[in-house]
Amino acid sequence: MISMNPKTAALSLTKHFFLILGGILMLLPFLWMVNTSLQGGGLSNYVEAWTKVPFGRYFLNTLFVTLLTVAGVLITASLAAYSFATMKYRGRNFLFLLFLSTMMVPQPVYLAPSYVILAKLGWINTYMALIIPWTTNVFSIFLFRQHFKTIPKTLYEAAILDGCGRLKYLWKVVLPLSKPVIVTVILFNIIGSWNSFMWPLVVTHSENLRVLQVGLSYFNQEQSSNFELLMAASTFSTIPLVILFLFVQKRIVASYTRSGIKD
Amino acid sequence: MKIRTRLGPYFYILPALIIVLVFRTLPILSSFTASFTDYDIGGFHGFVGFANYARMLSDARFWQSVLNTVFFVLGVVPAGLLIPLFLAMLLRRKLAGKSFYRTIYFLPVVTSAVAISVVWTWLYNPEAGPINQIITALGGEPLLWLREPRGIFEMMLSPLGIHPKGILAGPSLALVSLMLVSIWKSTGYNTVLFLAGLENIDESYYEAARLDGAGAWGTFRHITWPLLSPTTYYVLIMSTIVSFKTFALVYVMTPPPGGGPLGTTNVMVFYLFQKAFDRFDIGYASAISVFLFLILLSLTIVQRRIAGKRVYYS
Repeated sequence: MISMNPKTAALSLTKHFFLILGGILMLLPFLWMVNTSLQGGGLSNYVEAWTKVPFGRYFLNTLFVTLLTVAGVLITASLAAYSFATMKYRGRNFLFLLFLSTMMVPQPVYLAPSYVILAKLGWINTYMALIIPWTTNVFSIFLFRQHFKTIPKTLYEAAILDGCGRLKYLWKVVLPLSKPVIVTVILFNIIGSWNSFMWPLVVTHSENLRVLQVGLSYFNQEQSSNFELLMAASTFSTIPLVILFLFVQKRIVASYTRSGIKD
Repeated sequence: MKIRTRLGPYFYILPALIIVLVFRTLPILSSFTASFTDYDIGGFHGFVGFANYARMLSDARFWQSVLNTVFFVLGVVPAGLLIPLFLAMLLRRKLAGKSFYRTIYFLPVVTSAVAISVVWTWLYNPEAGPINQIITALGGEPLLWLREPRGIFEMMLSPLGIHPKGILAGPSLALVSLMLVSIWKSTGYNTVLFLAGLENIDESYYEAARLDGAGAWGTFRHITWPLLSPTTYYVLIMSTIVSFKTFALVYVMTPPPGGGPLGTTNVMVFYLFQKAFDRFDIGYASAISVFLFLILLSLTIVQRRIAGKRVYYS
């Protein structure tokens, strides 16, 4: 380290003091969670929590819903964004505004009518209700569109001359050039889907359709005084995303920032 | 061939369009129309004009939820601006351990609201929870936290013999406990946003300020703050909307029925959720939804008006 003058050293020491203080406040709840989860029975608390209610089933449900949701978003959003970004057709701007306008309305506002629509479709208490409505995501369409617009048109013209079709061009040229956006969209939708609570709470009733968050919330009500088990369940519900986060944290932080700074 | 090219673009957009129309646009429009109907568990019973809105105006529980929501937003939004701004100011420039700090601050952001709520319910537990244990160890009085219906101003002033009532009593300690969790959860996200905003400010401005002999406060006041205003504005709007939407924290930490001690954590989204899914009173719940939407819309417009004059886009 280059030698610092005393004033700079004092300043950076003060910074670290506040940052460490804040960091402790951020971490302490997690440490308490793990600590409490190990009290009494130790690791057997985890086994007991895991077997008391079918958490394995909840995990699989969440995984299944998340995978299909993310796959759906990737397909529908990239296709729609491709048409918004590269094609000219009647009603394009209107449709784009229609899409964007739905982002303005928070989900709780239209939750009750959504339930009625699902009931009319006969989808209440099915995987369809958990997955289909979330197989597209307007924000992801927006991200894709912004990126697709930056790909030079000359590339397209050259590809067409080579006899490349529109869909093939998307698949062979546009998507390989869009890897960072694809990763952003995947991460966003994984986190959103994994953590979603209000929707699955409303649209499913039976235990074998419960996703992790709903299962944990019921477990919390049933075992409200069994803190060791509750903390064990919170720990293993939290771990998958924390691990994902630690592995790709730069990308996740960048994704969240992108969502904030772009427009 | 001609037809294919003419219809082509619509095939690309069709899958997304169907989902958006059926599961976004349609329910959004329905919530407006449903608010003028009598719609309950037995189905549709006809249009009732403004009856649901009239009922809302005379519903004390509804107004309590509005007040609680206002308390919540007024508590969470300013703290959610100032603390992250302060942290981001500390984190900008080269600093040892910067990405380590960022990781830690960001952990609560990616953790689910349900898991966080379960953990904090334990931390706040009046009998055995760690927070009260620390308070007792330090010789203080343990508090009821999530079970405390008394307003915090009332609690602070009553030892002095002053007993504020009604709105002046302030949000209940239970609601304040929820606010603290909400602030804790969003700090990392807002910090990262501010950090990105700060890093976007061109270094040459600061060099110019240094040459002019500006002090730290002067530099912040005349350079950082105005140039950061687009980010500040964005964080302001987003955290306002997020605070209005708060549901999981309330639902898990102060579970139904009730919405906390004496209904003091009953916020608008929680109330409309109860009306819609416990009573299946869709018509009335929709009226509350529309009211919520109109508040958010007008807040966004007002914020844009005010910010429009002050936000500096470089």
